[in-house]
Amino acid sequence: MNIIPLLILCSLSLGLLFLMVFIWWVKSGQGEDLVTPGMRVLFDDAPIAGTESSTSNNTHTEPSTESKN
Amino acid sequence: MNKETFYYDNRIVRAFAWATLLWGVVGMLVGLIVSMQLFLPELNLTSWLSFGRIRPLHTNAVIFAFVGNAIFTGVYYSLQRLLKARMFSDALSNAHFWMWQLIIVAAAITLPLGISTSKEYAELEWPIDIAITLTWVVFGINMFGTIIKRREKHIYVGIWFYIATWVTVAMLHIVNSFELPVSFLKSYSVFSGVQDALVQWWYGHNAVAFFLTTPFLGMMYYFMPKMANRPVYSYKLSILHFWSLIFIYIWAGPHHLLYSSLPDWAQMLGVIFSVMLIAPSWGGMINGLLTLRGAWDKVREDAILKFMVVGLVAYGMATFEGPLLSLKTFNAMAHFTDWVVAHVHVGGLGWNGFVTFAILYWMIPRMWGTKLYSQRMANQHFWIGTLGILFYAVPMYFSGFSQGFMWKEFDASGNLKYNFLETVERIKFLYMLRSFGGLLYLSGVFLMVYNLVKTVKQGSFIANEQAEAYALDKAHDAHAGKPAYWHKWIETRPMTMLLFSLIMVSIGGMVQLVPMIFVKEQVKTISSIKPYSPLELEGRDLYIREGCNNCHSQLVRPFRSETERYGEYSKSGEYVYDHPFLWGSKRTGPDLVRGGDKAANKVYKNATWHYMHMLNPRETSPGSIMPAYPWLIDNSLDMSLLEGKIKAMRTLGVPYEKGYEKEAKADLMKQAEGIVAELKKDGYKVEPDKEIVAMIAYLHKLGRDLKPAGEVAESK
Repeated sequence: MNIIPLLILCSLSLGLLFLMVFIWWVKSGQGEDLVTPGMRVLFDDAPIAGTESSTSNNTHTEPSTESKN
Repeated sequence: MNKETFYYDNRIVRAFAWATLLWGVVGMLVGLIVSMQLFLPELNLTSWLSFGRIRPLHTNAVIFAFVGNAIFTGVYYSLQRLLKARMFSDALSNAHFWMWQLIIVAAAITLPLGISTSKEYAELEWPIDIAITLTWVVFGINMFGTIIKRREKHIYVGIWFYIATWVTVAMLHIVNSFELPVSFLKSYSVFSGVQDALVQWWYGHNAVAFFLTTPFLGMMYYFMPKMANRPVYSYKLSILHFWSLIFIYIWAGPHHLLYSSLPDWAQMLGVIFSVMLIAPSWGGMINGLLTLRGAWDKVREDAILKFMVVGLVAYGMATFEGPLLSLKTFNAMAHFTDWVVAHVHVGGLGWNGFVTFAILYWMIPRMWGTKLYSQRMANQHFWIGTLGILFYAVPMYFSGFSQGFMWKEFDASGNLKYNFLETVERIKFLYMLRSFGGLLYLSGVFLMVYNLVKTVKQGSFIANEQAEAYALDKAHDAHAGKPAYWHKWIETRPMTMLLFSLIMVSIGGMVQLVPMIFVKEQVKTISSIKPYSPLELEGRDLYIREGCNNCHSQLVRPFRSETERYGEYSKSGEYVYDHPFLWGSKRTGPDLVRGGDKAANKVYKNATWHYMHMLNPRETSPGSIMPAYPWLIDNSLDMSLLEGKIKAMRTLGVPYEKGYEKEAKADLMKQAEGIVAELKKDGYKVEPDKEIVAMIAYLHKLGRDLKPAGEVAESK
């Protein structure tokens, strides 16, 4: 079963790659705020006349993209 | 900090959305046809419409054409908005779109022609595999380019799912596509037998994980909150289940090979990781459903939310059932049966289908600045679709249980109670109900197409949607927003360039090196197992062309019910010359791996029987649902590639002597004459160069070399 080392190598290097990205994720502060990102998604539409989403617009006037740190 | 005005590219989203609808209809229509062929074998009208060839067309069309385009639709729409940036390059977007459609067209042409590698969900031949790789690289550059020029510092969880999708699918596709070309449209997998099986299901399982699951979870995390107008239930949970899901999923592949000749420890590893997968999978389902907290009243009115709720529930059911099926106890009964078909369709129709519909219903009115033409019609679509899923899944569960139990049942004197045909007869009615379910589901899709076309007609398309955002003040984002020349963009980023080069080089390097390193040594062979003779090899390629492996397995599991029915259970050493492996994953017909074991005489049939059977299966086996293969009897065998095939096999480690390719044709004719003589004895006159002769030779090779039980000493 000499294919197993290859598959394990591939799977492990994939895992390792994800681990490195995870470390970057933590270090770069991606995980510091785990509340507002969930809210922010709701405010990225341009206002469209006559649709329900027009209730959740006008956020472009405030610096919603500015991070706190 | 300055506020920038920019435009989202809606045209590329529109293109992918139309492609989704078109290929969705095509793929499901083909699905409906193949499902009907299973109770009306007369529907196998011509060679290029026969079940074995268009079943892969159905799977490829719904997975890569319908779901694939749906993924790109959702990703191109949400990525721009989540990152507050237009896609990195319009040219790359367009290239991505057209390359993907061309690949689909190529698949739609080659598969009915029988040009296939036989590996499930990876049937496309090597030139198309390369095109897929290139398209994926284009998509990757476009996506990562957009991420780099983003105006939003935090990368939303949905995008993480997209990133994991891209990286993993790239790796899976490349490794599973290691193949040695014989000609422009024919290649052999570099892996053989058990090894090939393991690579295939490592790929196959993770295609489900990273093509049908992670991109849809990513889309769910963007669209679900938008649809419900509520933030996701727990952003923390979404992050947690993302990282755990991607770390666990990749190890679960071997659960497709339980009780096979794969080493036990590898099987067990697959089982353990599959069971662990329940937690992160349900994390996603729960998070999606609870996003509706306090908004359940909206579900009553809104068809879009209904689709999402049923889609998520289907996801939850399929991801609970998956680990269940991975347990050896369940697998012993469910593997090779229609239970697995039911399982994947709950996921496919429920999760992928319904979430796609919801997204299209939500997105298209917005891109045309209007409202959905008819909410009522969308609600009707929902109910028709849901009924369709039920009419599909419930009969298939019963069919699966029937097969599983009937195959294993012994009578009081210890003999098998049912022959295989009786089990087929029992489930035909359920196959009809299943087709009715599919018809309902497809009718719903037509309703949606009508509704969406009407919606588009009443609005006006916003090709470039205006948006505003503040630029990121980080140094590396200084160029963002300016239309920089793409090459300059790479040049000013040495690390990025290094990374891209590394990817390119490693792809090339792996393709060349890995086969050299890993294929040289072989699994230790059983001394009596001989390589395929030229005629048998050609017959095997016909078996691949006709897609016989879609319905016939070549793997006897070590159960008494199977050794009684088929013969000696399978050993890994038997398959060492099988490039690719042909174990199959479904027994619509009986297992064939002992088809040449004349001594045991359990599934052996003589040449005349095979000839009559291929001409009309109902004549030898009344009630059979197998397609007839009259063209095998009419067609002359194409031997033009024979030399190349022998050489290729030798390169892959099959011990053909040097120079044997020159004698191969003479050997082939000699063996063919023998079969022709056998047929002649029963009064059938056949030319030795007909395809049927090669097919019979191959079927008689299966299991012929294996010594009777007890004498087989497998070396590991």
